[in-house]
Amino acid sequence: MAEKLLEIRNVTKRFGGFHALTDVSLHVEKNERFGLIGPNGSGKTTLINCISGALRNEGGSILFAGTEIGAMPAYRRTRLGIARSFQIPKPFTSMTLLENLCIPLEYTAHAKSHGADVASEAMEILDQIGLADRADKLPADLTQIDMRKLELARAMAAKPQLLISDEAMAGLSANEVDGILEILFKLNEGGITIIMIEHIMRAVMSFSERIVVLDAGEKIAEGTPDEVVNNKEVERAYLGE
Amino acid sequence: MKSKGHLLHIAVALAVVLVAFLITNSMENRYYYKASYVVLQYVVLATAWNILGGYTGYVNFGTAAFFAMGSYTAVALIKLWKPPLYVLLVAGGAVSGLLGLGIGYLTLRLRGVFFSIATLALAVVLQMFMTNWEFVGGGAGTAILKPRSVPFFSNYDEFLFFVMASLAVAAVFVAWLIENSWVGRGMAAIRDNEEAAECMGVPILKLKLFATTVSGAMMGIAGAPFSYFVVFIEPSSAFHLDYAVNSLAMPMVGGTTTWLGPLIGAVLVGTAQQIATVTLSAEMNLLIVGSLLVGFVVFAPEGLVGLFRKLRGRAMGRSA
Repeated sequence: MAEKLLEIRNVTKRFGGFHALTDVSLHVEKNERFGLIGPNGSGKTTLINCISGALRNEGGSILFAGTEIGAMPAYRRTRLGIARSFQIPKPFTSMTLLENLCIPLEYTAHAKSHGADVASEAMEILDQIGLADRADKLPADLTQIDMRKLELARAMAAKPQLLISDEAMAGLSANEVDGILEILFKLNEGGITIIMIEHIMRAVMSFSERIVVLDAGEKIAEGTPDEVVNNKEVERAYLGE
Repeated sequence: MKSKGHLLHIAVALAVVLVAFLITNSMENRYYYKASYVVLQYVVLATAWNILGGYTGYVNFGTAAFFAMGSYTAVALIKLWKPPLYVLLVAGGAVSGLLGLGIGYLTLRLRGVFFSIATLALAVVLQMFMTNWEFVGGGAGTAILKPRSVPFFSNYDEFLFFVMASLAVAAVFVAWLIENSWVGRGMAAIRDNEEAAECMGVPILKLKLFATTVSGAMMGIAGAPFSYFVVFIEPSSAFHLDYAVNSLAMPMVGGTTTWLGPLIGAVLVGTAQQIATVTLSAEMNLLIVGSLLVGFVVFAPEGLVGLFRKLRGRAMGRSA
């Protein structure tokens, strides 16, 4: 059996009386392409907020490469190797694209040697993702698709082992979706484990090797894309009785 | 290349200090020293404010608290054993720096306007405290005697002017250093989007505490010589709202994202206030600040520096 990179055991998260996550357990293997799906409000984003450190889980434990990270501040989790993109892009608005990428490079990849020459490295990543010609532009000048690419590029610049892509494709055209998928496949080939959260079924089904389905804060199914689409519980969650 | 840039900046800084020294031995009218002292004091305060407000994006309404804590630390020490001025500067900076650290720790979980309200409340609480502390004069205030003479300078006002000029240069230099370091870039990331910054590996709590501490310490240092300057100190003048309003307005007028902004803003607005105080009335200067602040927030939210950049960008676009 492959090595577990991320392991979530009985994680619970409440907002007041509302149970956003109840006893969720799952694991992601090293270099896996993992899909996380579920209807709106099922707790997907809450779960990755608990993984990335934006929220603290109340019960259970989260292990990354064998280390318990549940109590760590977000920046330390990033330095351990967890990077994420945001559902609604959150670029550093006063900085050029190049400078946007320099932040994670400087603070994560080169956290121990502040002042390293990160600009050329940032340029390389922009080049890989196809934004090199806009390196001096501000995020406000970007189109929606380029904004999504910037989110991914910035997450890549943190040199993660695990990349969490939170709805990187919402609102994009079919061609643009393929473009993002291609980038994610390439990253995965390069050795990065990827968790994809997505509503675009075509994308998540073709991308994921394994999928977990959440509904109302609970895990209701787990398996290969085929197993999941044929699961009665999943059908009920999405379509009702 | 990088070290050459540093050397140039250090040379310019030392040149400004030298010029300030030469002025003290050539200019007669004491009023000019007093007026320049106030403007230079605002260069320090505006620059200090900008490290937290402009670079990191946390609007501090409590400048007066940090400034006055520096002043009152000095007053307490003067009452105790009259140490030399540099001791007062260090002590004032240390107390206000610690205050910044403590306030940062308590309030930085608050964002946006809530942080600002907390800092304003801090100023009110501390003013109450000082009003009731008899040892430093209490509500009635206390007179402070200036040292009668000081080497190299013909009188103490000239010396204070020189000290404040040096502090202004040092403050701007510190701001420049921060802005051009990884610390400054991390602060800018926090200002732009705190959540994204943390997820990109920026230790936001540490950097914010650094900002509140440095900013507070600089304000305290600016306040330390204040009692010698005004000779009579009482809480309502040391904690005056002018300090909070001005040190916020000046960077807004100049531009908040660079070290140059608060410098330009403080020199322009500060000088205009001094002129207005003499030619129009003492109350008129606040009207000037108010109008300028409204005007800039509406028409040039990035200040003069931003306005200049935009115009230059346009000119270059046209010629290209």
